[in-house]
Formats: sequence, C-alpha cells, structure tokens
Amino acid sequence: MFRSLFGSTTENEPNLLERLKQGIQKTRAGFVSMLDDALHGKKVIDADLLEELEYSLITADIGVRTASEVIESVRQRVDRHLVNDASEIRSLIRQHLIEVLQASETPTPLVTEPPAVVMVVGVNGAGKTTTIGKLAHRFKAEGRSVLLCAADTFRAAAIEQLEVWGQRTGAEVVRQRQGSDPSAVLFDALQSAKARRIDYVIVDTAGRLHTKANLMAELEKMTRTAKRVVPGAPHEVLLVLDATTGQNGLEQAKHFTESSGVTGIVLTKLDGTAKGGVVIAIARELNLPIRYIGVGEQVNDLLPFEPERFVESLFETS
Amino acid sequence: MFENLAEKLQRVFKNLRGEGKLTAENMEAALKEIRVALLEADVHFRVVKQLMESVKQKALGQEVLGSLSPSQQVVKIVRDELLHILGSHTSRLRLASEPPSVILMVGLQGSGKTTSTAKLAKFLVKQGHRPLMVSVDVYRPAARQQLAVLARDIQIPIYEGVPQESDKPLELARAARREALQSNRDVLLVDTAGRLHIDDELMSELQQLKELLNPSEILFVADAMTGQDAVKSADEFHKRLGITGVILTKMDGDARGGAALSIRTVTGQPLKFVGVGERTDAFEPFHPDRAVSRILGMGDVLSLIEKVEQTIDQKKAEEMQRKLLDNEFTLEDFRDQLKQLRKLGPLESLLGMIPQLGPLAKELKKIKGTDQEKELTKIVAIIDSMTPKERSNHMIINGSRRRRIAMGSGTTVQDVNNLLKQYTQARLMMKQISGGMLGKKFGGKMKLPSLDAFKFR
Repeated sequence: MFRSLFGSTTENEPNLLERLKQGIQKTRAGFVSMLDDALHGKKVIDADLLEELEYSLITADIGVRTASEVIESVRQRVDRHLVNDASEIRSLIRQHLIEVLQASETPTPLVTEPPAVVMVVGVNGAGKTTTIGKLAHRFKAEGRSVLLCAADTFRAAAIEQLEVWGQRTGAEVVRQRQGSDPSAVLFDALQSAKARRIDYVIVDTAGRLHTKANLMAELEKMTRTAKRVVPGAPHEVLLVLDATTGQNGLEQAKHFTESSGVTGIVLTKLDGTAKGGVVIAIARELNLPIRYIGVGEQVNDLLPFEPERFVESLFETS
Repeated sequence: MFENLAEKLQRVFKNLRGEGKLTAENMEAALKEIRVALLEADVHFRVVKQLMESVKQKALGQEVLGSLSPSQQVVKIVRDELLHILGSHTSRLRLASEPPSVILMVGLQGSGKTTSTAKLAKFLVKQGHRPLMVSVDVYRPAARQQLAVLARDIQIPIYEGVPQESDKPLELARAARREALQSNRDVLLVDTAGRLHIDDELMSELQQLKELLNPSEILFVADAMTGQDAVKSADEFHKRLGITGVILTKMDGDARGGAALSIRTVTGQPLKFVGVGERTDAFEPFHPDRAVSRILGMGDVLSLIEKVEQTIDQKKAEEMQRKLLDNEFTLEDFRDQLKQLRKLGPLESLLGMIPQLGPLAKELKKIKGTDQEKELTKIVAIIDSMTPKERSNHMIINGSRRRRIAMGSGTTVQDVNNLLKQYTQARLMMKQISGGMLGKKFGGKMKLPSLDAFKFR
C-alpha cells in the first residue's frame, strides 16, 4: 500500500495510450512531406518551421543530435539574416547533408593482383546474403569471374541460401559443413581463387550482434586469415546495414569497424518507407563511405550510392 | 553516453536541490534530457512529444520525494508512465478452444521470424503443447530449409509439403493444418515470408492466409534495433491484419528498443515475447520493467529511485512495527491502511505485494465471497463514525457506543462487532509477527511462529 505514496500509475491515466495513438494518427494524416509543406506554405521563418524541420530530420532516423546541429547551423544563418526565404532553408539543409556524405566518399581500392577479396559483415537479418547475390551479379556483368565463400557456417540453411544465389548468378560457391570453422572455409576459398586467378572472392559471414565479443573476435581472425593468404586482403569490408535500423546503426558501424576494418556501407531495404538517415551520423563520425543501396529482392536491385539522390529521398513522402 | 545522464541531471539541478515541488522551471532541463534520451532510443518523434506533454501536466505541482532531486522525480514519473504503457496488458498467448490453434508469424524481412518460430515452438512444448510448424516462405532462397534444420535441432515436427503443391503459401498452409489435425497437434505455427508493409500483393497474401486459417494469434515480429519507421510498418501490418501481439527480437544487443514503445502505441497490441540470442531457448516473456529501464537508459537514476522507494517502505514498516509493539496500532491506522489499499485497485492483486500486511490481508480475504469493495466501504464508514477517542482506544466502545456507531454509519451492531473482532485479531497477529521478527533479530535463533499458530477460529 505504501506504493500509493508515489501516485498510482494505473488509476489516473487509462487514456494515455489512446492519446498517444491519436497523436500518431494525426501525424500520419498530415504526413505529406512535412518539409515541403513547411517550406511552400510558409514564408516566415519561425520556431514552428524549425521544429517541423527537426521533425523531418528525426523521423528520417538522422538522430536527434545530428538533427539539432544541422538545424542550429541553419538557425545561425537565419539570425544573421543570411537567409530570408524559407525555401532557401531547404537547399541549405540539403547542401549540408550532401556535403557530409561527400566528405566521407573514398574511391574503391584498386587491386592489381587478383583475387580482390570482399568481405560482407553485419548484424543478423540485415541482408548480407542477398547483397552478396546482387554483388556477384554486378561483378559478373562487368565480365569478372566471381567465387562465393560460404563462411556463415552458423545459421541454419545459410549455406544453401548462398548456393541458390550462386546458381542464379553463375558464381561458384566454396563451402564446408555447417558448424565448421569460418576461417577454414575462407582459407580454402582464397587458395582456390588464387590458384585459378579468380577476380573476385565475396565472403559471406554469419550475422552477429556487434556486442558479442567472441563473435567479433572471430571476424578479426578471418581478416587475419585473409591477409595471410592474399596480401592486402580483405580489400573491401562491407557493412550491411538495414535502412529500418535506428540509432543503433552507429554502434554497429563503430564495433564492426573496430574488429574487421569496415571500408564501406551497403544500405539495404530502402524500397520500404524507412529512410536510413543514420548513415549520415555514420559518415560524419566514422568517415565511412556508403557504397551501395539495396532497393529490392531481385539481382538488379543493388545501386551505387548517390549522395544527392539519397538526401532528396530523405525528405520524400512515402 | 547515457551513463553521463545522471551526472548531467545532477549538475543541472545542483542549485535546485531540496526543492519541494515540481515546477515548470525545475522540470525543464530534465524533460529536455529525457526527450533526447527517448529519441536516441528510437522512440517515435510524436510518441515522445505526447509523452512529454502528458508527463509535464502530471508532474506539475507534485511533491518531490524524500531524497530525490526534482529532476530525478521527473525521471520517476516518466518511468511510471512508460511502465503503464508497456505493461498494462498481460502477455499470455491466446489459443483457440478447438485445436489446432493457429499462430501466424508476420513481419519485415530479417526481423527474425523463422528463428522466433522455432523458439516459440520450443516454448510451447515446455508448456505441454504439441506444436507443428510450417514455413510458407516460398520466396527467400532456402527459407523453408532453414526452418526444417531448426525443427530437426529442436525435435519438433514440421510440415514440409509435397513437391507439387509446395510453391503456393495458401496450399501449404491448408495442408499443414490438415496434417496438424490428423497428427493430433494442438498448435500450428505458420512462418511467413518477410515482406514490406507497402508491398500490396504480399500483404494481400497475408490477408488470405488469415482468412483461411483464422489464427488465434497474429504475432508481429520486430527487430529491437528498428528506428522511426517502426510506427509505419507496425501500423500497416496492424491495419491489414489486426495483429494480436508483438515479439521483439535481437534484444541481446545494445539497442535501446524504443521501437517497442512506438509499436505498442500505434497498434495498441501487447508485447508478448523477446528474443535474446541465437539459440532456440533464448526466448522469454516480455518484462515491461526491464524494457523501460533500457529505453530510458538511466540506470543510475532508476536504481536510486528504487532505493528511495524501498527506504520509504522500510521507514513505514518500522513505524508500523513500533506502533504494534507499543500497542499503538489503532482503529485509525487500520482504517488508513484499508483506505490506501483501496486506492491501489483490486484487492486480490495487492495482497501479495505488501509484506507488512500479511495478517491483515488474511483477514481481508475472509471478506471474500461478498463484494469486497462494498465490505471495505462499510468498514471505513464504521470507523469514520467513531469519535477520535474511540478510534485510539477501542476498549471503551461499549454497547451504547456500538449502537450509536451503527446508526451513524448506516450499518448494524452486528457489523460493528464483526469489525472490532477483525481489528483485534489483526492487531494480535501483527504483534505476534513483529515480535517474532524482532526476536529473530535479537535472539538470532528464534524462529518465526508458523502460520498455524495464528488460527483463531
């Protein structure tokens, strides 16, 4: 009974949930690109407008801190009367975001001696295997030879899933039994690719949460193995990031970079309504380039990342 | 960075410490920090906004508890609100009265449906059910094989279909249900393909599956790492299908899981289970309190609040014990306890929560059978009709006083007699128990009298 001293939680507010829900529905009804609305409907730049800007940025998963900083920089220009038209704000924000993304762009490494080793890492369910299928298709279309390495020896039927992609794209798959040492599979694949002068080896790894120290150590071991067989390998380590991921994406990028030296991001599932804005924070903080985006389940649905188009899409209505 | 939050809050309120009441000013900084914390936990923008408004209204003018600072008091209010939102539904599975019950697993790609299906099947087996699984994911390469491998591992049967009909989800589902009936399986778990909520064709397929199977549960499997988009996908799935519950996966990572709050808010459906690892037994019922402290991410502040709450409980308990020992547990205390009890809601659920009330609770349970609330009202009315003197010393209540009290409270002398009897018995028992507790403290070996000693009828 002494709990009542703290004010009951059950009695007073049966409608809170309802009210929250209405709040969201209201939003949805008015979810016609807030930014466009804000900018075309209003000429005056005021606090409301800035809050609406914050709304569009945060709901795109850009993150509250990044959003605040972007808005702050805009606010300063407004205060200094450098901006007098609301529509200028739009281009200012866009420009700012595009610059952030461009600043982290780095060219893909040049590999003089095949094989080029591309390792694909990420948390569970991000879309690694599908991305590998699409990458294989891409490299094949460029006239390259591709070998897939089935180093996800943990998840049930992961090897079979990769084999289906091998058949679809005409890429050979090197595999062992489920449960075997991923580094051993990698070793085999690289030896075989080296001997046969295959252009690309794409390495599928098991999905793992970045908080699992032992699994992250396993990735480290794999990169060491790769280096031993092919000097300079892995040439590219791609972190596959699900666009629906929120602020945790930044943690993922940090941890995977620490253990396996990520060199680029593939942002998947952009064909939904999620914007994947967290990559902006990743680009800013870790200086990692976004290499590709995934926009569907077909082999062609992997596109090169374009900062301008991406930033445009952040503000599109879905 | 949330480890710093407690420090930050303390810094902000250093000069305001000791303030007795929450005001718009002394809450402002705390509310700002909490807002940022919730947004960084991926709670949807609008949900955060509504929540902050409701907290502000509720908190204004509230007393600041004992050793808490105003900012900590605000955290406490937010925590209570979140608990209320996330925990006000029980999360038991609903099963059909006539087997087989069908549980449909739905969600976006990569949210963890197949793994969750196997985990849920294992969970059901532990509860004495006989589940059958089927995968109707004919799209993703090796998806059905994945469930088959898991099924073999956990030794739970799966319907794999026959080659000719094996490429149509509806056919597969229909055949699986037939199989469940024939092999006397009471729950059919249907693992569906991951799909985007805006994929009209595949969403219709789910609607057809629902129509065909009439599932008793449609569980939306959601990744704990989901960001702001959670409201859109969950809402669309709910609109098209009427989901009945949520499984939050990948909770073994460090995502704060604010999506839980967004999904709960937008669908109104309860969180039922969480996935906490890749092994098939890494699956547990959803615990609102854990989820709340994780979303808020203010471990320090939250444990401080709990400590303060415990101290206050402790103080009250000691006070009560002292009163009992000194024969000071008056009718007034008895009434206050009852009143406070009633504020808390249904009696049944409360009795177990209050250790000091043990014996009193037993007395209250005797009232059971009739309308408890009504009985309580009666008791309170009787005590209210006494003079202060009578309340502090029940011994002076003689026959004529009893008649007067009965008249005054609209009850009978019999009722008054009953109450006095209950009160003296409760008092006696509480005294024995606290005496026993003290005896244990001082004498070390002295045992608590067994409950049988308290039988007095």
